[in-house]
Amino acid sequence: MGSSAHEIQSHLKKYYMVFGALLVLTGVTVAVAEMHVSIGMAIVIALFVASIKGTLVACYFMHLMEERSMIMWILALCAFFFLLLLLFPVFTVGEQIGGLAEPMRGLSPQ
Amino acid sequence: MYNGKFGIWLFLASEIMLFGALFSTYVLLRVGAPEGTWPIAGAATTRGDEILNVALAALNTAFLITSSVTMVLAWANLKMMNFKKGQTMLLVTVLLASAFLVVKYFEYNAKFHHYAVTFNEHFEHEGVESNTFTATTPAGTTKTIHYLHGHVESTKKNAEGVIESYEFLPDAEHGHGDAATHKAVEIPASEIARITNYGPGGSTFLGCYFVITGLHGLHIIGGIVVMLYFLATGSKMWKTQPDKYANRIECTGLYWHFVDLVWIFLFPVLYLL
Repeated sequence: MGSSAHEIQSHLKKYYMVFGALLVLTGVTVAVAEMHVSIGMAIVIALFVASIKGTLVACYFMHLMEERSMIMWILALCAFFFLLLLLFPVFTVGEQIGGLAEPMRGLSPQ
Repeated sequence: MYNGKFGIWLFLASEIMLFGALFSTYVLLRVGAPEGTWPIAGAATTRGDEILNVALAALNTAFLITSSVTMVLAWANLKMMNFKKGQTMLLVTVLLASAFLVVKYFEYNAKFHHYAVTFNEHFEHEGVESNTFTATTPAGTTKTIHYLHGHVESTKKNAEGVIESYEFLPDAEHGHGDAATHKAVEIPASEIARITNYGPGGSTFLGCYFVITGLHGLHIIGGIVVMLYFLATGSKMWKTQPDKYANRIECTGLYWHFVDLVWIFLFPVLYLL
């Protein structure tokens, strides 16, 4: 990132604002959880808020926005493989999600 | 971009995959868990926050977020040639990280002394009564479960060393009658169908919880060690190469923000869903 003393001085206010936003969003996450919405809705809201918080940390504290595009590409590749990692097992056992498939029932706890 | 920073970014990329693998494992197990087994079997619980301490976790989230700010301020002050303030901010970061670990210790300790007891049939003794819920088995039949959550104060054993009864202190929110006043009750072992500790072996959820938060905790310890080094002997570099020293703090900061970022996702996923 641009790192002259003057530039850094101008960034300080941003850091405090992001700090405030992160604390508020943490409060929002807890408040939504207390509302006991359905599990599907809870997952969507929780991950959405966490994604905003994560983006704020990465963009402002880690200065990702000012990094070279090569770093972005490396992280994008990671994100792609992470999604693959997340979805691949779901595809293979898809018929079991939400309840056990017929052949597995004999093995499940009664 | 200097080599050290590029190296840290590559390291963080590998860390994303490490936590990503555990995260995807957790999601798969969570989504595929049969009803009545998540987060712990034999109790009317469906979400992590029913057996975890959300208030302590929220406090820890605040500690980590604040430590991220102090970390970036440490680097900013060093870049502005303000060594003393930079060191102070780094020290505050170490203190906040240590506070996180202290809170985690209390959380872990409470789990190792906490149990879910499932009874053979309805239990009522000394004013304490079991709770009930109806579980649907994967075969489609229903089964009434009688249970209590709480702490085992002590055990009575026979001459062969086999446990005969448990001195059990039910949780106020889960017990009826005198449980609300937090009175311990003696439960004969013969009336217990299953007693499950909230430790890593207690359930799939608890196994995931301890592995993921344990690994995250090890990362916190690693960060503290590095920061202490730069506060102590590592700080000598400031006198000869202040720019290089500030760059090293920047690399430490990148790692530290990543540790914060992981927790930002772990908190809702483990504690609130």
